[in-house]
Amino acid sequence: MIVEATGLRKSYGAVEVLRGIDLAVKEGSVLALLGPNGAGKTTIVRILTTLTRPDAGVVTIAGYDVVREPTKVRGVISLTGQYAAVDDNQTGRENLVMVGKLMHLGRAAANRRADELLERFDLTAAMNRRAKTYSGGMMRRLDLAMSLVARPRVIFLDEPTTGLDPSSRLTMWDAIGELVRDGTTILLTTQYLEEADRLADRIVLLDDGRITASGTADALKSQVGGERIELYFADDLTARNAFELLGGHTDSQLLNLPSDGSAGHLLHVLDELRDKALTPARVSSHRPTLDDVFLTLTASPPSKTTSPQTSSREGASREGASRESASPENASPENAASESASSQTAVPTA
Amino acid sequence: MTTHQGFGAAVSDVTTMIDRSVRLTRRNVDTLFVSILLPLLMMALFVYVFGGAINTGTQYINYVVPGILLLTTGYGAANTAMAVADDMTTGMIDRLRSLPIRSFAVLTGHVAASVARNAVSTAIVILAALAMGFRPNAGPVDWLAAIGLLLLYVIAMSWLAAALGVIARSVESASTLSFFMLFLPYLSSAFVRTETMPAFLRPISRHQPITSVIESVRSFLTGTPLGSNGWIALAWCAGLLIFSISLATVLFRRRTTR
Repeated sequence: MIVEATGLRKSYGAVEVLRGIDLAVKEGSVLALLGPNGAGKTTIVRILTTLTRPDAGVVTIAGYDVVREPTKVRGVISLTGQYAAVDDNQTGRENLVMVGKLMHLGRAAANRRADELLERFDLTAAMNRRAKTYSGGMMRRLDLAMSLVARPRVIFLDEPTTGLDPSSRLTMWDAIGELVRDGTTILLTTQYLEEADRLADRIVLLDDGRITASGTADALKSQVGGERIELYFADDLTARNAFELLGGHTDSQLLNLPSDGSAGHLLHVLDELRDKALTPARVSSHRPTLDDVFLTLTASPPSKTTSPQTSSREGASREGASRESASPENASPENAASESASSQTAVPTA
Repeated sequence: MTTHQGFGAAVSDVTTMIDRSVRLTRRNVDTLFVSILLPLLMMALFVYVFGGAINTGTQYINYVVPGILLLTTGYGAANTAMAVADDMTTGMIDRLRSLPIRSFAVLTGHVAASVARNAVSTAIVILAALAMGFRPNAGPVDWLAAIGLLLLYVIAMSWLAAALGVIARSVESASTLSFFMLFLPYLSSAFVRTETMPAFLRPISRHQPITSVIESVRSFLTGTPLGSNGWIALAWCAGLLIFSISLATVLFRRRTTR
C-alpha cells in the first residue's frame, strides 16, 4: 500500500472534522473520496500532503511518515488543489520551469520537462502568454502539469474539475486517465458521482468526517440494491393484477420488479404477462447509480420504510428512464433516499 | 527521488523564489508605477506647496528628502505585504509548501524582491530630488553610511511587511494593515521639526524609530549634527529586523500547519 492512513482525527476548535478515518491506496490505483461539502475530503488531502497535522492517527506515503518526514513525503507526492495554484503574471512556461527548479531538476532539465508537459497538455501555443489570459480549462491543465513536473508517485487531486464546463471536464478526465495508464497512484476528491464512477478503482464515501461506505463503484451500487425492471401499464388495475402475478412493488400504473439484469429474466417476465394478457405499455430497466448510493448512504435513512411507493425513484436516478409519475413530494432527495433504502430489502429473483 | 538538503539547495530555492518575486513585481506595472510615483508627488507637494510655509532653518528640500526616502519605503512595504497575502490566500502557498523546499524560501523571495524594488524607487527619488534642487554635502563615506542605514531599514521594514502579509486574511486587509507604515513618517521629524509639535506628541515623535533613522540620514547627507542618533537608529533597525523575521517565521509556520 503506497498510501496508508489509520485512525485519522482532526478538530478545529470544537468542530470535529475527521472522526477516525482509515484509508489504503494500492500503488498504481485510483481512489476517489466522494462526499458532500464539509464531509472532510479536503482536510484528509491536506493531512496526507503534509499541509495539516492530524490530531491523532498515522499516515505513511511510500513508507514515509507525513508528520515525522514531511520533506521526504513531499519528494514523492504532488498536490493539485481546489483552486488553480498558478502565478497569473507568469507565463505557462515560466510557471512550469519555476516548479522544475524548485524540484532541483537543474536549469536544462527544468526547461526540457516544461516543454514536454506543455506539449502533453496542449498548451504549447499558449506557453508564452501570461496565465491570467488562460481559460478555466487551460488553467487547470497548467495546474495539473505543474503537479507532474517531478514525476510524482502519488498525485492528490482536490476536486479537479469543480467549476469547469463539460468539455473542459472531459479533457481533464482524459489527462487524468493518461496518468493512470502511466501507473501513477491517484487520490482524488470529488462531489461528482460520475467522476468517481469513471475514474476511480475504489471509492470511499465520506459523510460528516466518517467513512460511510467503500468499495468499487459496482460493489457500492449493489449495496443499494440490484437491478430492477420497471413496467408501466395502461391502468392501475392491470398493474395490480401484474403485481399479484409477479410480486415486486406497485404504485398506480407502475410495477417495479427486482431483476438480475439479464435479458432472459426480462423475456420471462414479459412472457408470463402476455400469457395472462397483462401486456405492459412500456418497459425500462434500471441499474442503480452512484447517485442512489450517495443519497442512501449520506442522508440519514429513516429507521423503517413503510412506503409502498418504491416504484418512482425520481431525483435519485440518472439512468432510470421512467419519470412519468414524478410528483413534487417524490422529487425531494429525502424521499429518494428513503426509497433507495427500501429497495435494499428487495431480493433479486435470480 | 532526491531529497533536497544542504546549503546549496537552500540557496537555489531562495534564488528561484527571488527570481519569481522580481518577475511578478516587474509585471505588476501599475503597482510598481504608483509606489514610485506617489513618493515623487509627495516630495513635489512638500517642496513646492507646503515647504514655503515650513521653517526648518535650511532649504526645505534639503530638510525633507530623508523623510521622503523613508516614505518611499513605506509604499514599497505595502506592496510586499499585499504580495505575501496574495500567496497566502490563494492555492499558491499550498503548492509551494507541498514541494520539498524550505518554507523560509517563500518569504525570503518576497523580501529580497521588496528590497530590490525599494532600491530602484529610492534611487529614482534621489535623482528627482537632485533635479529639484536637493544639494547634499556628503562625501563618499557619508553616502555609504546613509545607503547602508537605509538598506538595513528597508530590509527590516520588508520583513515586517511580510509578517503583516502572513497575518492578513486577504490582500485588501494586508493593504490596510500596512497603512500604519505609511502613517508613521508623519509623526516624525520627516516634514517638520519635532519641537513645533504639541507637547503631548513630542515624546512620541522624538523617540519613535523613524525619527532616529531620518535624523541619521539627514546628518550623513546634509551635515546636521548626528549626536547619538546613528547608534539609536542602528539599534532600532537591528531590533526591528530580528523581531520581524521571528514574527514572520512563527506566524508563517502557525498559519500553514493548521
